[in-house]
Amino acid sequence: MATEAHSDEGGLVFHPMDQFIVKPLFGDGPVGMFTITNVTLWMALSVIAIIALMVMGTSGRSTIPGRVQSIGELAYGFIYKMVEDVAGKDAVGFFPYIMTLFMFIVFANFLGLLPAAFTTTSHIAVTAVLALLVFVTVTVVGFVKHGMGFLGLFWVSSAPLPLRPVLALIEVISYFVRPVSHSIRLMGNMMAGHAVMKVFAAFAPMILLSTGLGLLVTPLSVIAIAAIYGLEILVAFIQAYVFTILTCVYLKDALHPAH
Amino acid sequence: MASETHNAADAAASAPGMPQLDFSTFGNQIFWLMVTLVVIYFVLSRIALPRIAAVLAERQGTITNDLAAAEDLKVKATEAEEAYNKALADARAEAQTIIAQAKAEIQADLDDATAKADAEIAAKLVESEKKIAEIREGAMQSVKDVAKDTAKEIVAAMGGKADARTVTAAVNARMKG
Amino acid sequence: MEGDIVQMGAYIGAGLACMGMGGSAIGVGNVAGNFLSGALRNPSAAAGQTATLFIGIAFAEALGIFSFLVALLLMFAV
Repeated sequence: MATEAHSDEGGLVFHPMDQFIVKPLFGDGPVGMFTITNVTLWMALSVIAIIALMVMGTSGRSTIPGRVQSIGELAYGFIYKMVEDVAGKDAVGFFPYIMTLFMFIVFANFLGLLPAAFTTTSHIAVTAVLALLVFVTVTVVGFVKHGMGFLGLFWVSSAPLPLRPVLALIEVISYFVRPVSHSIRLMGNMMAGHAVMKVFAAFAPMILLSTGLGLLVTPLSVIAIAAIYGLEILVAFIQAYVFTILTCVYLKDALHPAH
Repeated sequence: MASETHNAADAAASAPGMPQLDFSTFGNQIFWLMVTLVVIYFVLSRIALPRIAAVLAERQGTITNDLAAAEDLKVKATEAEEAYNKALADARAEAQTIIAQAKAEIQADLDDATAKADAEIAAKLVESEKKIAEIREGAMQSVKDVAKDTAKEIVAAMGGKADARTVTAAVNARMKG
Repeated sequence: MEGDIVQMGAYIGAGLACMGMGGSAIGVGNVAGNFLSGALRNPSAAAGQTATLFIGIAFAEALGIFSFLVALLLMFAV
């Protein structure tokens, strides 16, 4: 293992995955169902941040908004317009639900970017639950709204008849792969960025070990961390955006299953 | 540095593999995720979103009202401008009338004065002509008289007897010629 | 010895899996480049299609993330 070889020879520490370990906040016991862990802490922080932005920030109800209220209204308008444009006018009933998903993901992503933070959305358990919630909601809404007509989503009526069963099979598979790709995309993006940053961070103390090599490697890795961090800020927002807009797209399929 | 490395290596050895695939923590994560989502959902749907919607609607209303008020003011301004223009046009027209009237009066006065002066001049001319004619008449008479007298005297001096009638006829014939 | 061979196979597999990221990089570049050339041809229609752009990028990128995930699984979980 390359990392082991490094740590044996030079003393560099490569543990890019350690930041994702779930551990209890108080004590060292096993992680049970209701243990207060770092997951709890960072989810609570995102809830507090959301309340600070969306409730405290708008408590003035001012017609001419201040800074915080502007951001809250911006988020509101952004998601509202997305729901209306992508999922259709009759999907605005799902707006609070989609807003919840977006706000949670965006705040979890951004809070995870703080140094020494724990990124809740980098765990497959969290993103899989989010994606399955969307999947179940969309499927239930589709069957409630259209009954068996929802299955028309898989029957591509514009294709030639002999091709339709094949296409139906492909459509069904892609329908059930949706929650997988939906969750792994978010989790993978979050984890990849953080792990890469950790790998570069492990190279940074090289100058303490060998001055000659360190003069080359340390500045490079510091610059790389800064660059990756900038990219991660972008990714943190874009992944929340993508998760939300895909939710809207799936919702549109459920509300208007005609191909 | 070396001891830190060792400690970290020990910690890593105790938790190998991907923490994401450590199924013992899944229940914990899912439980807290559900709690978080429910809290966020209720906070957003009960408090935050209706409030922001109300603020946005109110702002929309205010903007609409302000626009309507601005539209009103604009209409009023247009009306005022029209009234001003109308007043200006009226004043101008009145001024034109007054000027025309004054001009006509002056013209009439002038015509009157001219006519009177013409009449006076004409009267004076007639009088003068009459006087000139009188003077001419007088002068003719005097010339005739002098010519008759002179002719009589000349005839008498020549030794003839002057017949008054013949002399007069002769003088008249000469005078005509 | 056998364990070492298995580990070696896992690491080689992880390295090979990382090539998949190159494929997704090409895909993302294709999506973004084609969007840009289309947007420069018809800038007025570009604003309405940014959502489609991001969806396309997300789909292309997801496959690269899958290969990254395979690499991670080989490194840490196998």
